[in-house]
This record gives sequence, C-alpha cells and structure tokens, in this order.
Amino acid sequence: MRMEGLVSPDSSRRGRSLEAVHYTQGNLWKNALFGYGEAMKYFQPDRECASYDAMRQLQSERFVKTVRHAYDAVPFYRESMAKKGLTPEDIRSLDDLSKLPFLSKDDLRESYPYGLLAVPRSRVVRIQSTSGTTGKRVVAFYTQTDIERWDECCARAIVAAGGSRDDVVHVSYGYGLFTGGPGLNGGSHKLGSMTLPMSSGNTERQIQFMCDLGSTILCCTPSYAAYLAESVMQQGVRDKIALKAGIFGAEAWSEEMRRDIEDKLGIKAYDIYGLTEISGPGVSFECSEQTGMHINEDYFAAEIIDPHTGEVLPDGSKGELVLTTIAKEAFPILRYRTRDICVLSRKPCSCGRTLLKMGRLMGRTDDMLIIRGVNVFPSQIETVLLKGGYSPNYLIIVDRVNHSDTFEVQVELTPEMFSDTVRKIAARESELLASMRSMLGISPKVTLVAPRSIARSEGKAVRVIDKRKI
Amino acid sequence: MTIEQISVFVENAPGRLLEIMETLGNAGIDLRALSIGDTARFGVLRLIVKDPQKAVTVLRAADYVISVTPVLAVSLEDTPGSLVKILRLLSDAAITVEYLYAFAARKKNSAYVVFRVEDNALASAVLESGGVKVAGAAEIYDALS
Ligand SMILES: [Zn+2]
Repeated sequence: MRMEGLVSPDSSRRGRSLEAVHYTQGNLWKNALFGYGEAMKYFQPDRECASYDAMRQLQSERFVKTVRHAYDAVPFYRESMAKKGLTPEDIRSLDDLSKLPFLSKDDLRESYPYGLLAVPRSRVVRIQSTSGTTGKRVVAFYTQTDIERWDECCARAIVAAGGSRDDVVHVSYGYGLFTGGPGLNGGSHKLGSMTLPMSSGNTERQIQFMCDLGSTILCCTPSYAAYLAESVMQQGVRDKIALKAGIFGAEAWSEEMRRDIEDKLGIKAYDIYGLTEISGPGVSFECSEQTGMHINEDYFAAEIIDPHTGEVLPDGSKGELVLTTIAKEAFPILRYRTRDICVLSRKPCSCGRTLLKMGRLMGRTDDMLIIRGVNVFPSQIETVLLKGGYSPNYLIIVDRVNHSDTFEVQVELTPEMFSDTVRKIAARESELLASMRSMLGISPKVTLVAPRSIARSEGKAVRVIDKRKI
Repeated sequence: MTIEQISVFVENAPGRLLEIMETLGNAGIDLRALSIGDTARFGVLRLIVKDPQKAVTVLRAADYVISVTPVLAVSLEDTPGSLVKILRLLSDAAITVEYLYAFAARKKNSAYVVFRVEDNALASAVLESGGVKVAGAAEIYDALS
C-alpha cells in the first residue's frame, strides 16, 4: 500500500492540485498552450514555476513518504536511523531533513549490490552504474516510474536549452552503464524530439550525421564538445552544421571553456548536473540565464553543509552539496554527501523558473585544502588563471613554517604576458594576486615561472604539494 | 632608427641566468651588451646581439619566454655632460625613459647608450633636432664587431 501511495498522484489531499495538474496535463502543455512548432519555454511549467509554498508542500509530503518507504524497505536505513534514535514518526516535514544521518559513497559501495534496493527485484526495470575507478562500483536501480521521472528531468533540461519536439537531439554521451547517454536519450524521447543515439567516439561519423541529419542540440561531456568543435573547425564544416545548443555535463568545466565551445560551434552551451547515485543527469539543469543550474526540487531536496562539521549552512554559503531523493521508488537516497562544492541560491531567475539554483561546481571536498583556516580549492585558482589569460598549468605549494601556513602558487608566464619592462610584469603579477585574494579570501605568494617549467605528469597532473606535517 | 633588443624572462632560481648564457654560447651567439631588470621574484634579461634572429630561434627552441623590442641607441660623445644633454632633451619633450643601459664599442673606443621609450619615432626626432645622432643597426653591429 505504501508503495502505491508513493507513486499515486492523488494519494494526498494537499498535494492534489500540483499532482493532478501534472499527471493529467503535463504532457499536453506544449500542444495545448504553445501549439506545434512554437518554442516551448518550460516542459512542465506547473512544476518549474511553482510557488515556493506549493513546492515546499509537495517536497514535504514526498519526503515524509520517502523516509517511511526507505525505513520499511531497507534494513540499512532502519539501522542508521535507529542509531540516531529516529523512527519515521519523527519525520513530519522537510524541516526534519537535517535530523537524518548522512549517506556516504562508502555506505553505497558497502551496500553493493542489493543492499539499498527498496522494491522487489521484479519491479526493477533498469540498472545503471558508476565507473568506479577504485573498489566496488555503485549500482543504482530504477523502476519504470523512476525512469519516467528521470526522463522528465532531462526533458526539462532540453527545453531549458531551447529544445522542442522539432529539434534533432544528438546524444554523444556514452550509452550503457553510464547514465549520460540513457538520461538525455530518455529526456529527448519524452519531449518527442528526433533522437540520435550516437554514443561517444567515432568523431568522423558524429560530424557526418550532424551535417546530414541536421542535429540542433548536442549532448555530451564538455571535453568531447571541445574536441568535436575543434574537429568541426579543422574539417571546415562549421557552415554545414545546424547546431544551436549544447547540453554538457558529467565533468567540471570553466566559463572560459563554455565561451570557447560556444564561439567555435556557434551555439549556446548549457551545464547539466547529476550523479548515478541520485538518478543521473538532470538533477539540475541550466536555463537561458546560464548562471547556475535549477534543481528539480519536486524530485530532489538539496542542502549545503560544512564538509567538516556536517552543519547545514544557509542559502548562499559555499559548502558540500547534500541531496535527498524524494520521489524515487527503487533506490531512495537520503542525505547523500555528493562531495561536490557549490552555492545554492533562491534569487529570482530571469527565465521564470522558481526552482532553487546551484552555482557552478567549485571543486570536490576531496581536493579541498585548508590553509590558515580557509577552504581553498585548486579549481578556484584555475578559474582565476584562465580568466586572466594565464596557462592553467599551475602548482600550489603549502608548507608550515613557525606554526603558520605558507601558501605559494606557481604560475607559468605566457609569451603574451611577458614584457621587456619589469614594471609591466610586476603590475600583472599584482593584478593576478588581487584576483586570487578576492576569489580565495586569503593571499597566496604568486610566483611567475617559465612556461613548461611545472612538471607535466602522465595522466592526472600534480597540482598540489602539501609539505605540512599534521 | 632602432636596433633590436631581445628580452628574456628569468625565474628567480639558482642557475637560471647561467642556463640562458650557456644556451646562447652553445649556439655560438656573441653577446654585445646586456642588462638585467629585476624584482625579488623574477628578472628580465635584455640582450643586444649581432644576430638577433638566430638568438630568437635558439631561445624559443629552448622554451624561454622572450620578446623582441626595438630600442634606440645613441653614441655618447666623450665630453662631460653628454648623457645629461640627451636626458634633458627627452625630459623637455615629456618622453619617459623606461630604462637605459650603456655598453662600450670595441672599434671606436666609444660608448653607446640604449634607451627604452614608448615612442621611438618621436624620441628619435627629438634627439635629432637637438643635434644628437641616433645610431642605426648597421653602425651598432659594426661598432660591436
Ligand atoms: Zn533560470
């Protein structure tokens, strides 16, 4: 019965208006309101532009149901809640979210394979999995409803990028266990767009199909988009492609990279965020404003915490993103620590969506350095360097001298930055120092070094040398 | 009339200057004049050589950050106050001298001063009209050899 309650649109009196609109009219919006061939603004305006109170109400109801469901179906959740002296009766609204214990990636790994499955296996229609470079993978399960909701999230992202059923959606994310391909593929189907399930690789064929079939929206990782853009330029076929937008995720990328891809392909490039543990791409997506990603709050509740104390921080604070699925059946996830660092904002967005926005990812908690008590992410330094026209090849050296931290950033000088006049180089150096100070909140010692003097390693570059012995 | 000066970025680390000199020496490039501008964190080495193109190729190949700047060279008369006269002319014309350095010419037993200014054409005109002769590349390289 409880499972039914979780899926059923009108099981709750108070949520009825939102749910009813959604399930009876959701997919008719574009026909009823916008007509064929006209640009859609939102895929599900009733959700994407709901009032704060209505959304909060829906979230609370779904959250309470999800906790009950997880508690009843998954021994792991029952035990972890019991350790905090909690039962589902203690969880009455979204205000009680912070009472719940966190879920870590290790918890997920240790639950491999079926430990967190919350429905009978007969109800599962799909699995996806993380790439898992070390140790066990995380396997996520989906019921038919879970898949449909995930598709909806991705359809919203495509519409926010200017897509409609008239578009040709070119999906160059990998297909298979990776969520990228299946996610955007499903979203494009849901929207009714012609979908090209290209998967990744075979760049020549990608470009040929792009030209011959008139792809208008490209979905792939930002690094592959940059590579494709480069190839399109090289082959001199830029005037033969009809791309207008790109939806690029699954990797951190910078604003500079966005502009570069946009210029080369003549498109608007949009960020999309998600993770297999939570569902896949479409947890949040960027809109026309391109200043952050709207979180699909009817499906996910987001918090920002201090990664050290676990304390929940107010909107606008920088910290670790914690996500809770509030409408998943097969694989409910309560307070998952994503290890992604970002800022949440409720500032009104010019696109008209009221959904909470998360800013560009600022790093991973794994990469975070604490220098003189301040959290510093290598990615912030990279951002400053790229903005200033420097090489993103840098080295952070942290040490402790006389009980206080020393913090040096070595930056490779580019020929364009060089001058025969010491004064001009010194001025650039101070400029760079000022941007670092304003980005980081503390002042590093900036040392300019010759190009290619910072060692390039095979594979992942060494960006940080921490000599402190703690 | 200007001559080409090559500037090289020098990291503030032991042995860096030596490396640059060795690179040039191994390529058979003769230094005719040099000066270093520096701060506590880095330096800029400025060179006048007889074959600037070759020096540029050699330094670039060794991954040095360099730039080539046209600078003015003026032969100093062997009379007291000759440098003062030149600086006065430039100052009166509101021309800022970014830096300058002197070097001796082998043949003529005289000295030259290299000036770095923003507008070489303007500074040349000011000096010439003040009766100071600006040296051309041919003269300098001849004086150097
Ligand atoms: Zn927006």
